[in-house]
Amino acid sequence: MPIMNADTRHPVTITLNGRSRTGHAHPRMLLSDFLRHELGAHGTRVGCEHGVCGACTVRIDGVAQRTCLTLAVQADGRRVDTVEGLAPEGRMTALQEAFRRHHALQCGFCTAGILMSLSDYLERVPRPTEGELRDMLSGHLCRCTGYAGIVRAVMDVTGASTEVADV
Amino acid sequence: MKPAAFDYLRPASVAEALAALARGGEDARVVAGGQSLMPMLNMRLVQPRLLVDLSRLEELRRLDSRDGWLEVGAAVTQSELMARSTLAEEVPLLAAALPWVGHFQTRNRGTVCGSVAHADPSAEIPLCLVALRGQVLLRSARARRAVPAESFFLGPLTTVKAADEIIEAVRFPLRGSGTGYAFREVAMRHGDFAITACAAVADAHVLRLAVGGVADRPTARDWPFLFGAAMDEALNAFAWDLGGDDDQHATAAYRRTLVRGVGRAVIEEALSCR
Repeated sequence: MPIMNADTRHPVTITLNGRSRTGHAHPRMLLSDFLRHELGAHGTRVGCEHGVCGACTVRIDGVAQRTCLTLAVQADGRRVDTVEGLAPEGRMTALQEAFRRHHALQCGFCTAGILMSLSDYLERVPRPTEGELRDMLSGHLCRCTGYAGIVRAVMDVTGASTEVADV
Repeated sequence: MKPAAFDYLRPASVAEALAALARGGEDARVVAGGQSLMPMLNMRLVQPRLLVDLSRLEELRRLDSRDGWLEVGAAVTQSELMARSTLAEEVPLLAAALPWVGHFQTRNRGTVCGSVAHADPSAEIPLCLVALRGQVLLRSARARRAVPAESFFLGPLTTVKAADEIIEAVRFPLRGSGTGYAFREVAMRHGDFAITACAAVADAHVLRLAVGGVADRPTARDWPFLFGAAMDEALNAFAWDLGGDDDQHATAAYRRTLVRGVGRAVIEEALSCR
């Protein structure tokens, strides 16, 4: 494959939530910016832009990862699933409903990333313990909830009990 | 924070990647998972002219055990290694340490070899490689060479790897019979870089302790069998010899305390699980 020139916008095609979408990107363009600015998929949030906060997490070929640490050109030809794809028919998933029920979000900035991590993680670990779940959540910063509501929501949908009291 | 501009190459083969690196010289950088390099690009701490992406090369996805080694290719992610069902029998120290590497989300993309190439003094995978006397397999368009882990790391983010070389794979020795292994670390939050990380290997004759996060690179020391006060003295001497500094996370004195305390704990754990 020829070298992609820094000064040229190159075509990038991804399968975004099941639909083939094409945009253009300089090699340095982050996948987070490509999703938002080039494809108009604003559900994915951009927080720290250096891999710490987890807000921009999506699934690439099914695997949860940070779009601020991925170049758009690296995603070419890949399947990318974002929060917009979780509930394609306008009805929330069971986990999203549980997030609402348990006040698992306040400002909501971290929520899209956390939902995308969970959608991958719960396929691999369908019934995590609270400790395992909190370990996975350590890859996301939420400054509103203290994580209690998030843990309750997940434990609710997985049918596990939690030591976090309802408030 | 956005990276400065660079050219990008997704090579079709390792040979194509190596040819590009040979031409690119010091201005070219290798990326695989990018979980260390991408933050540095975003913060413009590094500004290469060319990025060579190894992540899709099937040749580098090898993950198998043979001839007494577990060999991990450059494109294998930390999550993929963790998911290997036989890892705890093959390389128990790695199985114990990998959950401490970053987070679920970064392990999903970050590679084993990438962490070794990045050479952060507090990183867990380089520490395991040194503790176990692993090897780094380097390849350029000129030659291939295998470098012992202890001579690979030179200092913070500095290794013997030349600009035109890639880490093709790293090799961890398979579990020895009658050998115990243990890993523990202390960090401000789980997933953060370690203030101090300790890995111990104990067989019938030798105790080996490797420490990360204190010296400028992961550092190991061997002792014959030690007990009681002799072990405390040996750990204290090692803690001072590591020469850690004060920084925003911890004082040098606290790091020495951790080497003495956590070091002793991992040695005892390794002895007990031989």
